Amino acid sequence: MTAIAAGRFGLRRPDVSRRALRVWQRNLDVYLRLWKSEVIWPLVEPLVTLFALGVGLGGLVDLENGQPYIEFIAPGLLAVWPMWSASAECGWGSFFRMENQRTFDAIVATPVSIEDVITGEILWGATRALISTAYILVVISAWGLVESPLAVLVLPMAVLPGIMFASISLSYTSVAWSISSLNYFFAVFITPMFWLAGVFFPIERLPEWAQQVAWWLPATHAVEVYRALTSGNLEWSHLGDVAWMLVVGAFFYMVAVLSMRRRLVK
Amino acid sequence: MSEIIRARDLVKRYGTFTAVDGISFSVRAGECFGFLGPNGAGKTTTIRMITCVSPVTAGELTVAGMDVRREPRRIKAVLGVVPQDNNLDPDLSVRQNLRVYGRYFDLPPRLVDERIDESLALFQLSDRQNDRIASLSSGMQRRLIIARGLINAPKILVLDEPTTGLDPQARHLVWQKLRYLRSQGVTMPITTHYMEEAAHLCDRIVIIHQGKIITEGTPVELVERFAGRQVVEVHVGEDERGPLLDRLAAVEGLTVEEVEDIIYVYVRAENGFDAVALKLDTAKVVYRQANLEDVFLRLTGRGLQE
Repeated sequence: MTAIAAGRFGLRRPDVSRRALRVWQRNLDVYLRLWKSEVIWPLVEPLVTLFALGVGLGGLVDLENGQPYIEFIAPGLLAVWPMWSASAECGWGSFFRMENQRTFDAIVATPVSIEDVITGEILWGATRALISTAYILVVISAWGLVESPLAVLVLPMAVLPGIMFASISLSYTSVAWSISSLNYFFAVFITPMFWLAGVFFPIERLPEWAQQVAWWLPATHAVEVYRALTSGNLEWSHLGDVAWMLVVGAFFYMVAVLSMRRRLVK
Repeated sequence: MSEIIRARDLVKRYGTFTAVDGISFSVRAGECFGFLGPNGAGKTTTIRMITCVSPVTAGELTVAGMDVRREPRRIKAVLGVVPQDNNLDPDLSVRQNLRVYGRYFDLPPRLVDERIDESLALFQLSDRQNDRIASLSSGMQRRLIIARGLINAPKILVLDEPTTGLDPQARHLVWQKLRYLRSQGVTMPITTHYMEEAAHLCDRIVIIHQGKIITEGTPVELVERFAGRQVVEVHVGEDERGPLLDRLAAVEGLTVEEVEDIIYVYVRAENGFDAVALKLDTAKVVYRQANLEDVFLRLTGRGLQE
């Protein structure tokens, strides 16, 4: 009885299997076919940002601890550009596949479940974030902006914020009514996180209330952890940042699955 | 013959709207079974329940002996689905589309490649295998979607309006391929609103109207039962209409129906045309064989279904 009542509200247990990887593979195949146009944005934009803000603006900035400005923003960019990759993939990308190409419909006609599709999409969003992280890590290392060998740990670490941002984005996509309505999500949520998550200046520079808001932003915690890993100044408190991302990621993964199922299973 | 799809009192409701209202039918293994009906009759909804993508509200539905509620993955593993809308992957080549689809079934890549070669040859797409989807004609895209539906060598190929939007040549080619598949023993539930298609392909059909099955039978049976052998269409002006109807009413074995400016006379008797011809002089008259379209329109009404 309870199970039936719960089912009415779409609360059936998610039916996720390893076939989610087939969905991930499909996205990889398309990526490999289109890679020339897919890579250009994530390739160029971080370089331009590092150059403009790090070299250009950086000459005018004196940080309290004497750190060169470009060195300060590098680990932050390592967190927020991949955030863009994952969010764009599970925002515009997933919406386009779902509504315009009807790819999800084609897939769920096979033994792949809708939950597998959602999971595969999120894993793919996280993969895009990982690719972007790896690239930026190479760039900033070559630039000499990384102090600690612990920075290699950024790579496995990047899976977590990748899944988190992909899940948040897909949760929004699951209620988006048109592709242009995704603009709300990017304008109101992703762009402010990009500027306010402690990438370009220490959060302590913000007024008290804004610091509190910034603490709740998922990106802030990714920036904190990456900053610690690239500089080698790891502290126990960073476990808190990781835990926060785990909680937010798990929560939005469930939201994405339930909300997408609600939208697509009729 | 064994039943491969069986529905008992199947119901689908969306909120307060009942799309499928307690239908029962069974599809036998190896037959082509048509679901006919106007738009919105519940055909596609029925198909979506069979293919386990739309949950059943009430009633019983088994596919290949399995309950759609309990074993959707195992059912989908033995089904091929040809959807109404084109949902091929536009960024992938013809061959990649099939290969990616085969992976969803967890089939060994070598087996998939063999099947792709066979199927591309069967559907006359071999020389287009590396092309982009956008470069294919709509007929080729349809054939590719059918080929994709066959990648798992399904027992049952579910076709939802397989030839909508195709030109006559492309449509006949698709029909030819579907007849071949039927000869190979593939069970084919099919929805269509082309009566010619149903007459060409289906062993048995059901006509669905407003969520209910209103009749069932072979195409020939249904034509005989509901439209007789021949039909006379009389285009007649207002003033001649009354006297003509009076005269026709006097002839035995005729069913007369008035629709807008046309009078349809359904003739059952052998020499029916002669009997009617005697009564008609001035009007514009068309004599023809009765067909499924007559059955369909008589049963589902001639009003616009929207």
